[in-house]
Amino acid sequence: MEQQQPSCTCNGDTPFSHEIHAVTGTITFADRLDHFFARWGWNREGHRVDPGLYRLGNPDPDSPVFASANYTLSFDALRSALIGLDAWILVLDTKGINVWCAAGKGTFGSDELVRRIESVSLASLVSHQKIIVPQLGAPGVSWPEILRRSGFSVEYGPVRASDLPEYLKTRTATPSMREVLFPLRDRLVLVPVELVHAVLPMVVVAAVVYVLAGLVAALAAVTAVLAGTVLFPALLPFIPTKDFSTKGFILGTVIAIPFAASLAMVSSLPVWAEVVTAVVPLLIMPAVTAYLALNFTGSTTFTSRTGVKKEIFRYVPVMVLLAGSGTALGILLGISRLSGVI
Amino acid sequence: MPDSYTETTLKYFPERCINCRRCTQVCPHRVFAEGPDHAELVRPSACMECGACALNCPVQAIEVQSGVGCAWAMISAALRGKDMDSCSCGGDEGSCCGERKNPSTCCEIK
Repeated sequence: MEQQQPSCTCNGDTPFSHEIHAVTGTITFADRLDHFFARWGWNREGHRVDPGLYRLGNPDPDSPVFASANYTLSFDALRSALIGLDAWILVLDTKGINVWCAAGKGTFGSDELVRRIESVSLASLVSHQKIIVPQLGAPGVSWPEILRRSGFSVEYGPVRASDLPEYLKTRTATPSMREVLFPLRDRLVLVPVELVHAVLPMVVVAAVVYVLAGLVAALAAVTAVLAGTVLFPALLPFIPTKDFSTKGFILGTVIAIPFAASLAMVSSLPVWAEVVTAVVPLLIMPAVTAYLALNFTGSTTFTSRTGVKKEIFRYVPVMVLLAGSGTALGILLGISRLSGVI
Repeated sequence: MPDSYTETTLKYFPERCINCRRCTQVCPHRVFAEGPDHAELVRPSACMECGACALNCPVQAIEVQSGVGCAWAMISAALRGKDMDSCSCGGDEGSCCGERKNPSTCCEIK
């Protein structure tokens, strides 16, 4: 016979399911430092808060309940927007990932929300059985399922926590509170992470190119990468055409022109060699910038999988062809120079 | 110049709609608008296939193959011989893009 286990082991190992953390709406210098490091991709997994229930101010059973992610940027945006209010905050375990991404992966999802509602005994703490979930949590949360499984009705709050004070006056969101745009500020805030990912391969490639083809060529390599990771996000809506790859080709061609000119004019080459020297950056740089531009799709707020997949099949072969033929021509020039043809 | 973003997998069956308006609340791109009898599909090509509307429609009046429009994730999946469609962004084990510890690049706006 299996021994009957007491429901409460009371040995200190059991986590206190009713433990409620106290928190304020104040963002400290340490919080800002943490946000800064998060934006630079430093200690990627480390920007977390403990999942569970938080008490902001002095909430009572009538106070609203807000769901959030255990990513400091998400949680801090919420609590600072609610400063001065009394509220409950239910933090889901999203593995340190923001609400929207976590919802896409399902970690900010129905299962986790129901589990948290139960584990903190939310129904015994509040009288209203309502929970305000950020709108961008909706790709992971199904309100009919939450209602059926927990008795709580989900109210979708605005996209941005900063709109919450306005939202709470009427408990309705205006159309602009529901829409996700991608303004310059939101695009620029992504540049550090894009740069951090590109900088190591960029330095390696630039060093190799410097040894093989000289300073101007190395600068061209650096410029193509910076165009794809810094200029592209900044200029995104202003570059003509709809597809990211074609936008990247255009930007890459524009920045390649000065390099083509200066490389070709450097020495007293025969005409055919000057032309080939000018063509090499015009082939390689747009391909590199376009590839980085295409990779920026994942950071945007609006690209569909269907569209991105179409872009991959349409343009990646073109990028490979351009970069490949440019490299082949570059090698041809190198061989001609070494063998004394030019 | 071609536009790769005109078609999506979004399908709407207005005859099933009970006009609860949840789709208009969860869509981040105003794809659905409120109508007198049922929600109206007004900006289908703005759909980013996040799946929020379909998941929150109580009567299955909306269908969409949800996924993340991230070229990096799909190209990495394809290069490793994995299915481009079952891949998600970010760094979880189990996702096919596990090497990039970078869940935030995708859609980090908050």
